Amino acid sequence: MAKKQLVQIKVNGRNREAMVEPRLLLVHFIRGIPGLTGTHVGCDTTHCGACTVLLDGKTVKSCTMFAVQADGCELLTVEGLMQNGKLHPLQEGFKEEHGLQCGFCTPGMLISSYALLSKNENPSEEEIRWGISGNLCRCTGYQNIVKAVQYAAGKMEQGGKDDLPNIA
Amino acid sequence: MICRTSPEVGGMGHSIKRKEDLRFIQGKGNYVDDVNLPDMVYGHMVRSPYAHARLKGINTENAKQLPGVLTVITGEDLAKANLAWMPTLFFDKQMVLATGKVLFQSQEVAFVVAEDPYIAADAAELVEVDYEELPVLVDPHKALDPDAPILRDDREDKSNHIFHWEVGDRAATDKVFEDAEVKAKVHAVFQRCHPAPLETCGCVADHNAATGRLTIYLTSQAPHAHRTLFAIVGGIPENNIRVISPDIGGGFGNKVPIYPGYVCAVVASLTLGRPVKWIETRSENLQSTGFARDYHMTAELAATQDGKIQAMRVKTLADHGAFNAAAQPTKFPAGLFSICTGAYDYPTAFCEVDGVYTNKAPGGIAYRCSFRVTEAAYLIERAVDVLAQELKTDPVELRRKNFISPEKFPYKSPLGWSYDSGDYDAAMKVALDTIGYDALRKEQQEKRAKGELMGIGISSFVEVVGAGPAHTFDIAGIKMFDSCEIRIHPTGKAMCRMGTKSQGQGHETTYAQIVAQELGIPAADVTVEEGDTDTAPYGLGTYASRSTPVSGAATAMAARKIRDKAKKIAAHLLECSEEDLDWEPGKFFVKGAPSKAKTIQDIAFAAYTNMPEGMEAGLEAVDYYDPPNLTFPFGTYICVVDIDKGTGEVKVRRFVAVDDCGNIINPMIVEGQIHGGLTEGLAIAFMQQIGYDENGNVQGGTFMDYLLPTAVETPHWETGKTCTPSPHHPFGAKGVGESPNVGSPAAFVNAVVDALSHLGVKHIDMPIAPWKVWNILKEKGAVN
Ligand code: FES
Ligand code: FES
Repeated sequence: MAKKQLVQIKVNGRNREAMVEPRLLLVHFIRGIPGLTGTHVGCDTTHCGACTVLLDGKTVKSCTMFAVQADGCELLTVEGLMQNGKLHPLQEGFKEEHGLQCGFCTPGMLISSYALLSKNENPSEEEIRWGISGNLCRCTGYQNIVKAVQYAAGKMEQGGKDDLPNIA
Repeated sequence: MICRTSPEVGGMGHSIKRKEDLRFIQGKGNYVDDVNLPDMVYGHMVRSPYAHARLKGINTENAKQLPGVLTVITGEDLAKANLAWMPTLFFDKQMVLATGKVLFQSQEVAFVVAEDPYIAADAAELVEVDYEELPVLVDPHKALDPDAPILRDDREDKSNHIFHWEVGDRAATDKVFEDAEVKAKVHAVFQRCHPAPLETCGCVADHNAATGRLTIYLTSQAPHAHRTLFAIVGGIPENNIRVISPDIGGGFGNKVPIYPGYVCAVVASLTLGRPVKWIETRSENLQSTGFARDYHMTAELAATQDGKIQAMRVKTLADHGAFNAAAQPTKFPAGLFSICTGAYDYPTAFCEVDGVYTNKAPGGIAYRCSFRVTEAAYLIERAVDVLAQELKTDPVELRRKNFISPEKFPYKSPLGWSYDSGDYDAAMKVALDTIGYDALRKEQQEKRAKGELMGIGISSFVEVVGAGPAHTFDIAGIKMFDSCEIRIHPTGKAMCRMGTKSQGQGHETTYAQIVAQELGIPAADVTVEEGDTDTAPYGLGTYASRSTPVSGAATAMAARKIRDKAKKIAAHLLECSEEDLDWEPGKFFVKGAPSKAKTIQDIAFAAYTNMPEGMEAGLEAVDYYDPPNLTFPFGTYICVVDIDKGTGEVKVRRFVAVDDCGNIINPMIVEGQIHGGLTEGLAIAFMQQIGYDENGNVQGGTFMDYLLPTAVETPHWETGKTCTPSPHHPFGAKGVGESPNVGSPAAFVNAVVDALSHLGVKHIDMPIAPWKVWNILKEKGAVN
């Protein structure tokens, strides 16, 4: 076993630190240290995107990174989307448009959609489909996820940028 | 007619938003891997790299030496407790951990338990297993050859043959074929697939030595049945077992069987006295847990020259892998495959199925399908298209000419089913109008003239779902009823507990809507709980689209029992006789004097505070519902594809799905189920396959090569509906979760074959990958 190292990661605005083995995957850090189990593991080949988080503003598959590589970074996970007791428009959109069934892909989908909307405020259906193409969903057939993202885009246009949590 | 409640009540027909979503969108779901108990340790499976090999020895010493490792369990260890083998759900047994030999690649060989999952994985690498390779049997067609290796030397019967099953009139069918004017024949392989729910299988087994109780958090579609099986196989008193199936990340049939990992985790927890978590990886999930299909089918249709179908003949070889771990009713070795005569009216049919062993992962589970109904629907819908080609007639016209007409229901099918209700032409008509069929055929003609490839595929499927009835259907001996218990609290809110288990279908919402419909209590005031065997009434679980037909019916029946008691209380409160009362959702009122009324909430309060003399307190009921028949959802799907001649790539341009699932509880949820099922159908038609090379190495054992569609490959689905209620279901529902997966593969394949039919193509086996199409185009001289 290699020597443990100290990592400090700001997760959803809170500093988290732990001594970890260099081989500890970031997703296991997230699920284990702060106990944020919303970020899921759905595969072992970097395909499913259930583990998607935002690392310094960029989406990463947290199963394909070591926690030590994220040392000093800022992370946004699904648990950080809600602000001041208010659902993010994307969360609202997934509920309103029936964008989830079993919910296992949902945290990753939300983060990928979040990243998409921060770059492109008004994406077309095709842009949304490409935007979430790193995330697999076995239940919904994606159509209502597309609608959910459109719903959020509409909502955010009305509400302005204030609705976006100001973390990453 | 179903009366309509207000949107605030949210009974049947309202697209109310799902109650379960709030926790999922916040990342607060509670899946099995999210269960963390104090002092918990972790299991890791050692698996065989070989498909068929003798086990000459296992050395666990080095693994055990690794700091942090607590135990390593082998098949020999389990054999001492008589647990090296366990029964499957279908009259066979399966090795928990291998003894003697291994029979498929990735078979379970040893189970390592350590303080930390990383250490457990390290230790698994240190387990040394000595194998002697044996000849491998991969091709099911060779399983019965005299020189084929006999795989299951544990069986008395030294053969790879598992079962022969037949239904129908062989002689009468042969006779019709002898005299037939026109015959059509198709060989179709429904390839081995895996349901691959996004969450893999796993468990946390927690034996508490102080209380003697064993709690198993399990990815289970059937928690009650699993508790009983753990009790019977493990010899643990059933009252000391609690199975909790928490949030489940999709199941699609994959989470019906009991897997070796679960048993090992339980054994380890019993031995160590600590909670043991075992979560399989995706690769383990694809390579070792319940696969589906692998049906090698031949169908023939006999017809008159003017296109009346007269008979069907089916011969099928079923590849079950190393153990027959099919999960289906015990009287039905080929499930409900005999629904293969489809939506068409003809008196004669014969169907036979032979099951064989091969060196592949065990299974034969029902993947988003009511036990082999997907294979059946695919087969008949392919065969009808081949017949249309033979007759040079339009596939729509041929279907419409042969549909069972609405006045013939209940319809007795030639293979013995009694279809409850249907209007197949109505669904066909909606589909044709929506897609603009005639214009598409014209466009196809024009495109062909220009050398472009476009196809239109039709599938008019019939499903059979909702098993029971109990007199015919059981799983491992347990009758296929299902249950609901409703308790109304004094303040008029309700708690509903079920024998089923949602894996994403939205039960917490739809069952609440049934209560809302039947009792007028707003769906928002009804909490639905499933999956805890300590609290929920016994039931067989969720698969085979049986939740709405069976547990949904139980919910209505339990609610009606409550209404009967409520009526007595209302009469007492209003000082009238029961006969003077009328009901509308939410209240009883005096006939002709609607202002003299008692709401269900008033009545609930009175049930605890002011009940009539001699009446028991409380307002609750439980119902174990045994359906009188199955239900028969149906629909017509039409698919339009364009084929790129340069690459062989098939693009789905449009897909119209018209479903008839009877009366609908929540249209939004039904539509969501259809989107999801169509996407799995697309995946099966074009991408998903668990293949094996000649040495039994699994191809398609990770998401690298077991291809699933992303949002980009998935087309925009168009849905429509007709409504033919089930006459025997308490509120006329039929069930829908699986129809799109059952009905769609044929529509996709028919569309591709249609695009190539002028080149003489009659059939292409799934998955239709671009290279297959491109090879056909080359072979037919359509490209250079
Ligand atoms: S767990 Fe599948 S991509 Fe990370
Ligand atoms: S909702 Fe189940 S995987 Fe997406």
